[in-house]
Amino acid sequence: MNNWIDIIALDEIPRLGSRVIRTDTMDVAVFRTRDDQVFALRDACPHKGGPLSQGIVHGTSVTCPLHNWKIDLASGEALGPDEGCTNVFATKVEGGRVLLALKADEAAA
Amino acid sequence: MTKEKLVVVGNGMAGIRTVEELLKLDSDKYDITVFGNEPHPNYNRIMLSPVLAGEKTVDDIILNSREWYAENGITLVAGDPVVEIDRVKCTVKTASGAKASYDRLLISTGSNPFIIPVPGHDRKGVIGFRDIADVEAMLHAAKNYKRAVVIGGGLLGLEAANGLMKQGMQVDVVHLLDSLMERQLDKAASALLKASLEQRGMNFLMEAQTAEILGDDRVTGVRFADGSEVAADLVVMAVGIRPNMALAQQAGLHCERGIVVNDTMQTFDPKIYAVGECVQHRNACYGLVAPLFEQAKVAANHLVEMGIARYEGSVTSTKLKVTGIDLFSAGEFNEGEGDETLVLQDPSQGVYKKLVIRDNKVKGAVLYGDTMDGTWYFTLLREGTDISAFRSTILFGQHDLGDAGHGDASASVMALPASAEICGCNGVCKGDIVDAISRKGLFTLEEVRAHTKASSSCGSCTGLVEAILAGTVGEGYDKAPSKKGMCGCTEHSHDEVIAAIQKGKLKTMQAVRDALDWKTPDGCASCRPALNYYLLANWPAEYEDDAQSRFINERAHGNIQKDGTYSVVPRMFGGLCTANDLRAIADVSDKYQVPEMKVTGGQRIDLFGVKKEDLPAMWKDLSDAGFVSGHAYGKAMRTVKTCAGKTWCRFGTQNSTGLGVKLEELTWGSWMPHKFKLAVSGCPRNCAEATIKDFGVVCVDSGYELHVGGNGGIKVRVTDLLCKVETEEEVLEYCGAFTQLYREEAHYLERTAPWVERVGLNHIKQQVLEDEANRKALYERFLFGQTFAQIDPWKARAEGAEAHEFTPLKIA
Ligand code: SRM
Ligand SMILES: Cc1cc2nc3c(=O)[nH]c(=O)nc-3n(C[C@H](O)[C@H](O)[C@H](O)COP(=O)(O)OP(=O)(O)OC[C@H]3O[C@@H](n4cnc5c(N)ncnc54)[C@H](O)[C@@H]3O)c2cc1C
Ligand code: SF4
Ligand code: FES
Repeated sequence: MNNWIDIIALDEIPRLGSRVIRTDTMDVAVFRTRDDQVFALRDACPHKGGPLSQGIVHGTSVTCPLHNWKIDLASGEALGPDEGCTNVFATKVEGGRVLLALKADEAAA
Repeated sequence: MTKEKLVVVGNGMAGIRTVEELLKLDSDKYDITVFGNEPHPNYNRIMLSPVLAGEKTVDDIILNSREWYAENGITLVAGDPVVEIDRVKCTVKTASGAKASYDRLLISTGSNPFIIPVPGHDRKGVIGFRDIADVEAMLHAAKNYKRAVVIGGGLLGLEAANGLMKQGMQVDVVHLLDSLMERQLDKAASALLKASLEQRGMNFLMEAQTAEILGDDRVTGVRFADGSEVAADLVVMAVGIRPNMALAQQAGLHCERGIVVNDTMQTFDPKIYAVGECVQHRNACYGLVAPLFEQAKVAANHLVEMGIARYEGSVTSTKLKVTGIDLFSAGEFNEGEGDETLVLQDPSQGVYKKLVIRDNKVKGAVLYGDTMDGTWYFTLLREGTDISAFRSTILFGQHDLGDAGHGDASASVMALPASAEICGCNGVCKGDIVDAISRKGLFTLEEVRAHTKASSSCGSCTGLVEAILAGTVGEGYDKAPSKKGMCGCTEHSHDEVIAAIQKGKLKTMQAVRDALDWKTPDGCASCRPALNYYLLANWPAEYEDDAQSRFINERAHGNIQKDGTYSVVPRMFGGLCTANDLRAIADVSDKYQVPEMKVTGGQRIDLFGVKKEDLPAMWKDLSDAGFVSGHAYGKAMRTVKTCAGKTWCRFGTQNSTGLGVKLEELTWGSWMPHKFKLAVSGCPRNCAEATIKDFGVVCVDSGYELHVGGNGGIKVRVTDLLCKVETEEEVLEYCGAFTQLYREEAHYLERTAPWVERVGLNHIKQQVLEDEANRKALYERFLFGQTFAQIDPWKARAEGAEAHEFTPLKIA
């Protein structure tokens, strides 16, 4: 079962931008697309751990700020010729609030 | 089902390429174990020369990392050579006693450098040039000793000598014959090569036969057959290679000069295949990668039991990897009886081209100084093309066919057939490259390398690959060769987008995307920052900056570091500072526990490793002390470097520091297509390095010389002199006008150096010098834009702007 955590109002995440959620064990980047879809990824690029939250968001992907890998927001997978993957967390938007599910094992990892 | 076992002996270029080819065909067939004598994963041996010359590092040349082996389920045993093959039990044994059994065995043990067995050849300091260990030994010697002797004036010897010379050693090259690289060059080209290497400081001892290596424990010199001697602390033997077949011989496989294989790369034992420099195929042994990669393909094909490929031998061509020397040779370049030769010589340009022709077909080619057409000649040679139709102009190169001789480099490459080989190392043809570019939408050299492997080994075909890229991406849109879409989101070029924004009065990003039919709803990480800049530069009063379209450095107003922290560089106008300034910086550094401080190359102080959430508070403290952002992170006006100048310096002619401060006060805060740097030197001694800046001022007794379009950095370019003016006011006006012209016309991410080269200095002179009204209008527009730009972003954020950017949310 998903344990939904209420984290922030949708409006507090800039469109085509992100916010960083700091947990005890890691940072999670929560992205908002142009059409208000919300995605959450572990804030670490599969290449060399760059903070994806700081990248430029376009369509449903983000470009890592350190060496320009493109990461798919929905799957956490690197696009194009690069290969690698970062963790994805489930999100939903209800009543203008963003809810995030950190699975117990991943939050503790 | 259990997999069959494949054991590979020799973790080098041919062996691992075979494994790569095999995985492409069938990644499930074998459990693979690779044994390598060297302690490293597979690396690009070709690039040892650039590593020795200090142009690359060992890390740069690793081809398959240890992760690659792991990801593909390959067991790598590195640093433990195989010493025995038991063909009856089908096992191999290593020096440390480890054993592995095989269903199929691949031998790819490469070759050994030939060490001439003269007395003293085993002294310390006598080595070959084959692997990383040899390069490390050479680099070590270069640090501790002075004199090196390289025996052998062939490809390898010259690359070794060049590298050692670059590492600071005094180098003598000893060669048995009277001309260098006699197996690849004719006498004329060889003489040109020798002259230009001598000019670089290499010394040659020609027709010298080594008789003895002198010394006690370590080498001290070399004695020759005629009794003469030279001193040496290091001797590199580069006189040839011998296929490494000891292991195969011991196992009873049939060997002659190398391990004998048939057209399917099989040895006399059908379970055992061999590829690379260790083999002998149809009486030939090869010492270059291109044929070995062809062998690898064939061997892989048979190992997965597809059984259709045959290796029928290769024709090879050669290039020398000494930066700055262009040399190409292929085929039979020394004419035999009945052959004709065509020669073009232009000594003042250092160009020499020779083709050997037999029955109207190219049989051999030697090119020196201009190797652009090497690929073309090589194609004609391999395909046996009848050249009678263009024989009279063949030496002028391929672009001379078809057009009236005004073709550019890309046109000539584009005229090549799809089957022409571009990358000799990896056997990639033009067709493969064009295909990958058009089908996968590639735009950069890096992408082409990633997808096709072309230009990813020795790099000498980079120019051709770039030309193909330019030619292919430019096609389909327009005939103009320079035209290329800004990015994958649009077919419009930068110039078209700029024109549309200016003429169409487009003032939002959405308007631009709509007007120009963008293919993506919100652009990408490459066009959004560009559009944001163009709109800002053209509509300073109306356009509202879009933070989400800025690269993180410009959004967070600091340089992102590799660990996700930021650096903070306060502006120091003209590099001047007071004791109070320094105290304030020191206090901030203590308060926020800055891990490292450094004086930058731009005459300021950098505070490294600041946590993002600390930035606003830190900026507030700096702002209270009178500092504004130094924009060290932005495509923006950066620094004005100054020298001591007239106030103190005995040579100073004008107040260079004062003028530097005025220029920085004029220009700070301005967003630019790329970074923009200024400097003011007080006299032509030029201590502020003004002649490699985007805008540089050199003070002279009678006024100020204004220099533009300089660049340090990746590709150094010295400025062009724009003009000389008499007063400081004029300096400011010309500076503002030049800057504005650049801001309005240059492409995003184009620095002034390439921009000036693209549009020509004359254009800039017309706009800024000759047309006074235009200059004043440009200057006015610059000043107008500055009224919106000179708002300190740090202060604004310290006061709360964009607070969300700096505040993480916490959940336990
Ligand atoms: C801090 C500083 C090095 C230092 O400690 O001295 C520096 C640091 C960086 N330089 Fe630089 N450059 C610094 C002076 C220079 C200079 C010297 C100068 O300005 O006189 C040059 C050569 C001169 C020139 O630009 O023409 C220089 C040429 C570059 C280049 C190559 C630019 C080019 O056109 O070829 C880059 C890459 C780029 O901009 O794309 C670069 C990029 C960088 C970046 C921003 C790399 C990046 O994108 O992360 C570095 C940020 C380091 C960090 O993590 O904070 N840096 N950089 C210098 C800051 C000066 C300042 O006070 O603002
Ligand atoms: C400095 C230098 C510059 C060069 N420049 C060029 C160039 O510009 N263009 C070009 O085409 N070619 C160039 N070459 C040649 C090219 O590098 C070789 O042709 C190619 O590397 C040969 O591949 P290979 O797999 O046959 O041998 P290698 O790459 O030598 O691989 C053989 C491997 O097997 C290992 N081995 C040997 N015996 C055993 C054993 N018993 N057990 C386990 N492992 C063993 C060796 O240690 C070695 O790592 C250059 C070579 C050198 C040294
Ligand atoms: S030269 Fe500049 S870009 Fe390169 S590491 Fe140093 S600071 Fe970074
Ligand atoms: S860390 Fe993300 S691209 Fe390198």
